Order: sequence, then C-alpha cells, then structure tokens
Amino acid sequence: MATELTSTDIDTSDAVGEINKYNFRTKSTAVFKARKGIDAEIVHQISDMKDEPDWMRAFRLESLAIFESKPMPKWGGAIDIDFQDIFYYLKPTDHQGKTWDDVPAEIKDTFERLGIPEAERKYLSGVKAQFESEVVYGSLKEDLAEKGVIFTDTDTAVREHPDLLREYFGKIIPPHDNKFAALNSAVWSGGSFIYVPPGVKIDFPLQAYFRINAENMGQFERTLIIVDEGAQVHYVEGCTAPMYTSESLHSAVVEVIVKKNARCRYTTIQNWANNIYNLVTKRAFAYRDAVMEWVDGNLGSKLTMKYPAVYMMEPGARGEILSIAFSSKGQHQDAGAKLVHCAPNTTGQIISKSISKNGGRSSYRGLARVEKGAKNSKCNVVCDALILDAQSRSDTYPYIEISEQDVSVGHEASVSRIGEEQLFYLMCHGLSESEASTMIVNGFIEPLVKELPMEYAVEMNRLIQLQMEGSVG
Amino acid sequence: MTDILKISNLHVSIKGKPILKGVDLTIKKGETHALMGPNGSGKSTLGLVIMGHPGYEVTQGEIFLNETNVLELEPNERARAGIFMAFQRPIAVPGVKMADFLRHATTNVRNPDRKEGEDLIPMREFRKELKEKMNQLQMDAEFAKRYVNDGFSGGEMKRAEILQLAMLQPKFAILDETDSGLDADAVRLASQSIAEIGREKMGLLIITHHDKLLVHNPPDFTHVILGGRIVETGGKELAEELHSNGYDRIRREHPDAAADNDLYAKPKAEAEFAF
Repeated sequence: MATELTSTDIDTSDAVGEINKYNFRTKSTAVFKARKGIDAEIVHQISDMKDEPDWMRAFRLESLAIFESKPMPKWGGAIDIDFQDIFYYLKPTDHQGKTWDDVPAEIKDTFERLGIPEAERKYLSGVKAQFESEVVYGSLKEDLAEKGVIFTDTDTAVREHPDLLREYFGKIIPPHDNKFAALNSAVWSGGSFIYVPPGVKIDFPLQAYFRINAENMGQFERTLIIVDEGAQVHYVEGCTAPMYTSESLHSAVVEVIVKKNARCRYTTIQNWANNIYNLVTKRAFAYRDAVMEWVDGNLGSKLTMKYPAVYMMEPGARGEILSIAFSSKGQHQDAGAKLVHCAPNTTGQIISKSISKNGGRSSYRGLARVEKGAKNSKCNVVCDALILDAQSRSDTYPYIEISEQDVSVGHEASVSRIGEEQLFYLMCHGLSESEASTMIVNGFIEPLVKELPMEYAVEMNRLIQLQMEGSVG
Repeated sequence: MTDILKISNLHVSIKGKPILKGVDLTIKKGETHALMGPNGSGKSTLGLVIMGHPGYEVTQGEIFLNETNVLELEPNERARAGIFMAFQRPIAVPGVKMADFLRHATTNVRNPDRKEGEDLIPMREFRKELKEKMNQLQMDAEFAKRYVNDGFSGGEMKRAEILQLAMLQPKFAILDETDSGLDADAVRLASQSIAEIGREKMGLLIITHHDKLLVHNPPDFTHVILGGRIVETGGKELAEELHSNGYDRIRREHPDAAADNDLYAKPKAEAEFAF
C-alpha cells in the first residue's frame, strides 16, 4: 500500500526548501542527495546508495569515461546543457513533500480537462511518490507472477534477478552507442524490467503505473524488456498529462529483446514541459519470425531527439514503428525511427506523422539500412507532415543504406499545409475554425491513435484539442 | 416572419478576375429556385460565395438573411444562421469519422450559441436520429464509421451531402449539382429526404444542369445564369425548356453574356476551383 507524504509528515524547515521552475516547493529532509554535477565521485555515491554489485559499479564508471570522451551528437537540434549544473541522483523521497496545494492551478486545470482520475493526478504531479498500484492492480500482478512474468523496477531487478538482467543489460544499447546512452549508463536510476517466459501471452497492456517503485519517473530511467520465445507483451509508458520535472534533462535508455516467434509492442505517449531536453535511445533486437512494434508519441519538450530502432537479427523478423510528433512554439521535435535489416526475409515499416504549429519545428530523421546478405528484405517508410501556419517548419532527413541487391525499399514523404478546402468544408457545417483544425489534426493522427489503448486514445484526442487551443505547453 | 435570403447586385472576383457581375436573387422560405446555366457561367461560384469561401472576393453588392448581413459572417456563422450547401465536390477529411463530424455539425447548427468544448448532442439521441436518417436514404450503418468523403464513390458523396441536409435542417439549402452522380433511385430518396424536412419549411436553391431533382422538386422559379449574370427568370417550364433544348436560345438572345461566359468557360477547373 502506498503512503502519501505531505508537508506535515516531514521537516518543513525553509532552510532546505527549494523552488524549482514550476514553483513546486520541494522540501528536502535529511536524506541523501548527491551534489550537482557529474564525476566519478557522484557515480560511486549512486552505486553506494543503491548498494549495487561490483559489476554494475564498474559498468557505470566505464560508461562515465565514455560519456566524457564522446562528442555531442552532430545531428538533431541544438543542445545547450551544462552537465555540471544538473542533479544526477535524487533519492525518491526528495520528490515527496509537495502537497496538492503546491501544484500550480494551470496544471490542475490541465488534469481536469484531460479527465485524469483524481488518484493519478496527485501521482503525476509529483505530490504522491507512488500510484496506488497495489490496490488497483494487485490481483493482476499475482496472476502474472504465477505465469512467471517478472515486472519490476530495474533497481530491484539488479538485486533480485541479477543473472537474467546481466545477460542483456547494456547489450542492445552499449554505453559507447552515443553520448547520452553513456550518460544514462553512468547515472541510471529506475525504469522497468520485464521478463515474459516462453509462450506466455499477456493480453492486456502492462502500464508504467503498474509499477510499485517510486523511481519510475526518473530523469535517467533504464528499461529492459525480454520477451522469450513465442511470448507476447504490450508495454505502455508515460501518459498524456504534462510531465514536470525539476531538472531540464531527461535521458532514458530502453532495450528490448524479442525472441523467436515472440511479439512486443512498446507504446509511449509523452508530453514534456517545454524546458526539457528529451534525449532518449530506444532499440529492440527481433529474432526469427519475431515482431517488434514501437508506437511513439512525442509532445512538448524543448528538444526531443528520439529514434526508436528495430534490428531484425534473424530471418522472418518484422519491425514496425509508428511515430508522431507535435511541436509548438519554442519546440523542436527531431523524431523518427531506425530499421536495420540484418537477415533475409525481414520486413520493416515506418510510419511517421508530424504536426508543426505556432512556430514549432518537427523533423523526421529515419534510417533504413539493409545489411549485406539480408536478401529479399522489404522496407517501407511513409512520412507525412502537417504544417498549421507559415511560422512553423517541417524537415525530412531520410538515411537509406542498402548493401544488398535483392531487396525492396520504399520511401514516401508528404508535407501539407492544413487544407484550406478542408477547413472551409467543415466550417460550412457549423464548425469554428479552431474546432475544424482540431478535427483535421485528430484525423491526421488517427492511424496512431487507433493503435492506443482506449484511455490513452481518449486522452490523446483531448490533449491535441488543448494544444490546438494553445492552452497547453 | 418569413425568412428571406436576399442577394443584391452581387459582384465577385477571383484573383482580380470578375466571375459574377451583378446577381440579384431573392429566395423566401417555402420557395424552390432552380439555377441553371452552362459551364463557367458562375453557378457554383454563387453557392460558394453565399457560404463564404475565402478564395473569392466580393467587390460589390450584398447578401442578407433577414436582417443579418451574411457577408460579415464566417462560414461557420452562416451555417449556424441556417444556410447550408450540399457541395458539388465534397472534400475528404481523412481520419475523421462521418458520425463525429455530423455530431459536431448538428450540435453547432442546432445550438448556434454553443461554446466550444460544451456538450454535444447526447450520443444515444444522436445515434438514433442518425440511424433513422440513414435508413431513409438506404445507407449502410457502417457508413457512419467511414472517414468523411474519404474514398467515397460519387454517389456515396452525394448521399452523404443529403444526409447532412437532413440532419442540419437549414432555413436555406443550396444543392450544388447534387443530382449529378446519383442514379434515379437515389434522386428519389434524396427528394424524399427533402420532402421529409418539408419544402415549405425552407428555401431551396437547386443548382443543376439535369432535371432529375427538378422532376421531384418542381421549381417555383427558374433562373438562367450566363457570363456571371442572371439573364432570364421564369417558372418550371423554363427549366423544362433548357433541359430539352439547351442554351442555344439563351445565348442568341444574350450575346454579350454568352461572349463573357465563353471567355471564362474554357479553363473550367481553374475558374471554379483554383485557389
């Protein structure tokens, strides 16, 4: 059972109080809080706090060295981060101590308009350290545990499932993959760990809410999902409520292994506050006849750079990526996908939809690569951009690398301004310009929304409506 | 009070090129008017301008619905004031289901002062009514789930426009070539829908060059438009004459208008839909 900490439960001495960008008054008690900045001492402290095995400590330190040696990415948007001005580890209790009264009215109003249930609002706004998942999902969890499914936070998995975790951890996305993967590897905390045993099919979406650990909204979460042979899972991360964090950098790593004949779908809908750099590395390996699907919705943030990838490692593997980006004023979404065909008879599809409004910039950046020997592979990329006004911008950066003759690779891109004829048609039937635009935009992203679990789809539509009214973000 | 839609001395240009050159037309509630004319005469332009298409510039003249200056209204305000047009070429809106679109449209038109985000017509009530109207038009229930005009056949589009008419129940309805693309059976059904609303309850402007709809909805007045002007007005016998004999007599008797018409008739697509 979750407990809710309020300001009355803790030391409210102002001396340790701190007001962050959103005027959430966060009050620290005498618990551990690493100082700002990143170096070996901080990494040691994190490892100490978590009481980690030596191998993980070594992994973190090695990653730190890689992080320090790596240049900033040369693609994507402008990143202006002072790495020494960030807290890399806050014990979860540091987030507690906010009360509902501390949450700004506009955020409460957004929750209201999104129709987020009361219990979740407090959790999402950081007032509660943890959603009362035990109460709501307790029986489901028991049911899953009986089937041998492991669903826990990654820190717990390091302690309780060390062998299983170690076999895959950092193997799909090694620290030297890119600067931010290295950073995450050095300072990661929280995230989900999921193992689905052979043949087990989970027929409802596993949601991040489900987790019982308080650290699941971390800045540097680390998720690892292993879907064993013939198994099936749908994992849903994030939600449409605006996510406010005290630090301006979110850098996650998500690794997924989909074994023979298995199937995994990973759905993300994120709506970051617009001061956040959201720099995430997501990659899946799909083995023989396995199917991996990423459904990735990006709203908000200052800059998002995220390209979920599927590496099709064995014959018959299939990768599907559905990506959507909505950028508004002061926002740059550099989002896309990667498909890498490493074996014959593999098939991949990328569908990307982006919307730019009010001076926002959306870029599609995608890779379609066919390795030598991946004969008879098929790869199809479709990206559609919708630009709502003359101030906004959309770019497409397709990277196509083909090392095999006998393949089929297609790329279609379209960019459209919101159709004046469509607006006129809808308005002639009594819809205001804003209602009509919202309807057109919702129609544009319908192919994605219909893939979402019901409650997310409803929230997504409401969120688009709010974005279109300009009252969010 | 009888509702009156009054168009006076209407001049309209597109990209500086005059299309309508002084159109006068008054439609009262309960009247059915036919507007006929060869290609490029400005028939469709008139409908689009009454609805407020942003691609046209009204350079002179007025349109009033009772005391309201229609030209000052946005298209959605015109719809809420009770003016409707069944489009000659309905526009596809992919991803938007017919039912959702119609529920918003119907709510707004029936409750013109509704603020955005406020309640829509209750789902149950709306569905029931939509189902009835669709049955009447012999439309499959699945139709409501399809995306607005997306991949519709010509006939399906036109039925969908009539369905909108039936749901919105306007004071004035413009039917722009609604009968082209419809088979005889569908024309009969469409006419039944119009009869159901009650021709006596609205003013109808039927833009056509067929007589299909006119057979079921005999016009009280027939107007012939040529070269952007209404050159003749008569009763239903004028529509019958044009249908049987074409526009040769009209052209002969109005050579200036005919010359103007031919000037703009050629790039038809451009004249009507280029913006």
